[in-house]
Amino acid sequence: MEAPEQEPYPLDVEAVRGDFPILQRKVGGDVTIPGEDEADTEPLVYLDNAATSHTPEPVVDAIADYYRSYNSNVHRGIHHLSQEASIAYENAHDRVAEFVGAAGREEVVFTKNTTEAENLVAYAWGLNELGPGDNVVLTEMEHHASLVTWQQIGKRTGAEVRFVRVDEDGRLDMDHARELIDDDTAMASVVHVSNTLGTVNPVGELADIVHDHGGLIFVDGAQSVPHMPVDVGEMDADFFAFSGHKMCGPTGIGVLYGKEHVLEEMEPYLYGGEMIRKVTFEDSQWEDLPWKFEAGTPVIAQGIALHAAIDYLEELGMETVHAHEGVLAEYAYDRLTEYDDVDIYGPPGDDRAGLVAFNVDGVHAHDLSSILNDHAVAVRAGDHCTQPLHDKLGVAASARASFYVYNTREEIDTLVEAVDDARQLFA
Amino acid sequence: MGIGGGSDMYRQQILDHYKNPRNHGTLDDATFSHSGENPSCGDTIRVDVRLEDDGETIDYVAFSGDGCAISQASASMLSERLRGMTLDELAAMDTDDVTEMLGVDISPMRIKCAVLARQVAQDGAKLHEGEIDDLDVTITED
Ligand SMILES: Cc1ncc(COP(=O)(O)O)c(C=O)c1O
Repeated sequence: MEAPEQEPYPLDVEAVRGDFPILQRKVGGDVTIPGEDEADTEPLVYLDNAATSHTPEPVVDAIADYYRSYNSNVHRGIHHLSQEASIAYENAHDRVAEFVGAAGREEVVFTKNTTEAENLVAYAWGLNELGPGDNVVLTEMEHHASLVTWQQIGKRTGAEVRFVRVDEDGRLDMDHARELIDDDTAMASVVHVSNTLGTVNPVGELADIVHDHGGLIFVDGAQSVPHMPVDVGEMDADFFAFSGHKMCGPTGIGVLYGKEHVLEEMEPYLYGGEMIRKVTFEDSQWEDLPWKFEAGTPVIAQGIALHAAIDYLEELGMETVHAHEGVLAEYAYDRLTEYDDVDIYGPPGDDRAGLVAFNVDGVHAHDLSSILNDHAVAVRAGDHCTQPLHDKLGVAASARASFYVYNTREEIDTLVEAVDDARQLFA
Repeated sequence: MGIGGGSDMYRQQILDHYKNPRNHGTLDDATFSHSGENPSCGDTIRVDVRLEDDGETIDYVAFSGDGCAISQASASMLSERLRGMTLDELAAMDTDDVTEMLGVDISPMRIKCAVLARQVAQDGAKLHEGEIDDLDVTITED
């Protein structure tokens, strides 16, 4: 069969792959020895980017550079290195603000990850503001980071937690959203892009509905910011969060965006050094935003590296990143739908983010992913931190392939061959 | 392939026991029954054991459940293996005995699936003998 003519990739994949040495890795040997050794013989096909993305050389360099040449605590020393580190760390906040359309650094708090950002708001805002009679509106496709957090805050405060239905196609039932969101809705927490279904949710529309009723909206951007242009001002989110490790950055850093006036009125989440202006034995005054929410020695190297990651992505162009993943998602969707016994969750191929969660009839997702692993294909298997959504889908687990700037159609072909192998083994 | 190898794990024997489970079902005249689950894969296993008149020797084992191939095949093989064994011998079975029975290397992430049935059988026996008394379902440990 002659290969059909394929449209060119929106970006230069070969050049991009050159920036990620880990993509040259071979795997398959002893997993108790980290890194490649002789027993690792199979070229890696990495399709687990929704869990964590790889780190390009300029970002690794930024981390090494920091530790090699200006490692120092921030906001404390008057000495030269501390000033260099402080300025670089503060600039990283500006860079993030610019990247997502925030007004400035005062709206950008560095956290450990998306989960911590969600908890920061739940504790600092939720525990103080919520009570019986209030409700918090979530969706059935929330990640546990948001679902578990607000569920537990609901239990502690007496606020009711409501879930907007997900329809057959994996989209939010917006009529149901309009029904659920009422004048007692104090907060809505909504995932921007579902990490399981690949659905892109109409967060701007939801923000309007919530605001009409006087509530606030928290948008979980863990799966959107890495993959598409995002403007928090345009969608009018009150809070917005994402993680560095899913967008070419390091682990250990996440971002909480908050509207300045909302953050201003909030109590701190953690107390300690760095976040205070003046302390007496009796009382303390808080530092300005965003430092009020960054207690203790912050994520300095990670913040600086996140700056480098954003530079890297913007050099590629977020529109281009999005377009590249769109090509791959549609290709994967089309190839997997060739098999009648493969079930794919979520909306159709031309209307989804760059990930595909699926099951093969008669093959448990963990067996499937073990077989894919044998083909050196890395995918996620399990519930992807959306257990209630999996319950609703009627499956215990699924396999998920997720794409990024360095993935190719050939890698998806390898995935499909491996899936076919699993089908045949279990037939 | 090495330690993480999927196809290695799915040798014919495992697939055969998964597709054609032996001793599948429940026993009306079981001496004891016990259930367990492995939350990491969502596997569930129930084991029914009938003892001989000596109260020590395993006469017959049936299992039922749902889950990945490793957990279900392991239960099927165990149901054959246990016949004629004593409860003491069952209690002495360790993880190596299970992997030896399966005849394949099980990757570290999947060990819990492999040992679920053994653990359920062992806990069932302990409950029967009164060595423990407060266990509802066995949950595979980390
Ligand atoms: C949609 C979504 N929200 C939140 C998270 C949590 O991110 P993290 O583990 O970095 O806190 C993830 C990723 O795991 C995600 O996909």
